[in-house]
Amino acid sequence: MTTEAYHALLPPKSPQQGVLVWIWKNLFNSLSNSLLTLIVLWIVYEVATGAIRWAIIDARVAPANFRECIDAGGACWAFIQAKWRLILFGTYPYDDQWRPALALILVVVLVVSSCFPASWATQERRRWLFGLWLVGLGVIGVLMAGGFGLSHVEVRFWSGLPLTVMLASVGMVSCVFVSILLALGRRSEMHVVRWVCVAYIEVIRGVPLISLLFMANIMLPLLLPAEVNIPNILRAQIAFIMFFAAYMAETIRGGLQAVPQGQYAAAKAMGMGYWQTMIFIILPQAMRITIPSMVNLFIAGFKDTSLVIVISMLDLLGTANAAKADPTWLGLFAEAYAFVAVIYLTVCASMSWYSRWIERRIAARQQH
Amino acid sequence: MNQISAYPIISLRNVSKWYGNLHVLRDINLDVHEGEKIVVCGPSGSGKSTAVYAINGLEAYQQGEIFVGGVKVSEADGTAHDLRKHVGMVFQQFNLFPHLSILENCCIGPMKVKGIRREEAEARAMEELTRVRIADKARKYPETLSGGEQQRVAICRALCMSPRVMLFDEPTSALDPEMVGEVLDVMTGLSERGMTMIVVTHEMGFTRRIADRVVMMESGEIIEAVPPEQFFDRARCNPRVGAFLDQIMHA
Repeated sequence: MTTEAYHALLPPKSPQQGVLVWIWKNLFNSLSNSLLTLIVLWIVYEVATGAIRWAIIDARVAPANFRECIDAGGACWAFIQAKWRLILFGTYPYDDQWRPALALILVVVLVVSSCFPASWATQERRRWLFGLWLVGLGVIGVLMAGGFGLSHVEVRFWSGLPLTVMLASVGMVSCVFVSILLALGRRSEMHVVRWVCVAYIEVIRGVPLISLLFMANIMLPLLLPAEVNIPNILRAQIAFIMFFAAYMAETIRGGLQAVPQGQYAAAKAMGMGYWQTMIFIILPQAMRITIPSMVNLFIAGFKDTSLVIVISMLDLLGTANAAKADPTWLGLFAEAYAFVAVIYLTVCASMSWYSRWIERRIAARQQH
Repeated sequence: MNQISAYPIISLRNVSKWYGNLHVLRDINLDVHEGEKIVVCGPSGSGKSTAVYAINGLEAYQQGEIFVGGVKVSEADGTAHDLRKHVGMVFQQFNLFPHLSILENCCIGPMKVKGIRREEAEARAMEELTRVRIADKARKYPETLSGGEQQRVAICRALCMSPRVMLFDEPTSALDPEMVGEVLDVMTGLSERGMTMIVVTHEMGFTRRIADRVVMMESGEIIEAVPPEQFFDRARCNPRVGAFLDQIMHA
């Protein structure tokens, strides 16, 4: 077939093509639309130029002092340069702050290496990964708390980013396990198990996270005998796990319901018991279905760790608040918040990017 | 005909089952001997699938007894769970595990239920897959296979457990017509190797070829259980069988 003959078979070219035509057709096709377009463009222009002026043009970096910053009228990055260690590591002893820094790097290495499906591909690699985590967590524990020649640092001094990351990562990993059990319990044929799970989920979902944190911090010590002393970081951690497990359980239940009955029948017919059926057949399918909503919860959970501020623990947001209290830099806070916002945004965006990547990967693998 | 042993490997004695007030199995009695091939047919809703599901304990029954290899099938005593390891099942909708490759579908049962080592389980699976001409797709995932291929894999998956009995619940009903033949061929091959089979199907050509007995069910009852020569002989057969055959032939 000649090119001309081939082109003759295609639908006729639309006479309206090109960027300008598109803009005209979609943004200026009526008086009100044209007006809206112009207003939006003006807002975008103002915000963008304002932000650039504040963050870059009028901004001052060290060695500028407080006065020079204020006179320039822009962001005072010198403030962040002076305070970044306080914001990142909070009240952790200044000279030992390389320890939480190293611990954070270790966490990132562990998490990133577990994120590649290739790390899970064979039994041997799974064992390696598991071993790596055990050793890694041990090293992190020593780095944070001391021992093996490192000075002892009390848990109440752990703060800033390490605290946020710890609350979030330990919380979410435990949460997944607790919520799987809750979701299975809610679908159990044993009445007592089912009712306990339903009651738990409904009660926790009906209570705000803040009140749960207060309960864990203030009520729990009153209820327990005096000699039982649980550090408040652990109490907050438990409150988080309890809270998010209830939500996650409902998400996982949705995933379980989406797995066809035939899958249960096929597993059962093969002689698999309840737990084998769940672990090898049902949960892997249910969890894949729930990836988007799980990541949604992970992101919410990561940010909600900042609520520990109400029980006077200094997470990343708490240390940012502490930084702005310094009289030398009095009145500056936007820079500190911008700094932690970038950290939060980086972590949350990576999580959501990773979830989309893994979804695409699963879809591609099962369809080729 | 294949050799048929003396004691029944499957035995249903006065089995009855209700869904609420609906009496779905009425006093079912059937003995199946080792090596025997039984075809179960009947109009939809007649209880054929339910009866087959009851044999490996996927459906509970309220009255009577079912024995497999001399052991009573009972969920309460835990025997149903053990018996299922020896009874293979093929479903109408294939029910392959979509998150596992074809090879993993065939290996997961032997490995997790019987504790067979991976290498051994994979070797066995490849042998079965080769026999049904799907070995080249062992690393693919179920969704990428045609219905006929999926059903052949489902048969392999059941066979990898080395069952003593194979149950088929309408194995070709969900298939496009051009794929029915390839699945029936695999099942015919299996019957020639002496497997004990209970097949729920309306494929009458296949029934004529392999069945030792044809069981016809209607409204939860077995109304006929005779060799195919007699089943298909209009002069001798039950008039209700005749009416049913007329219906499916004209469909």
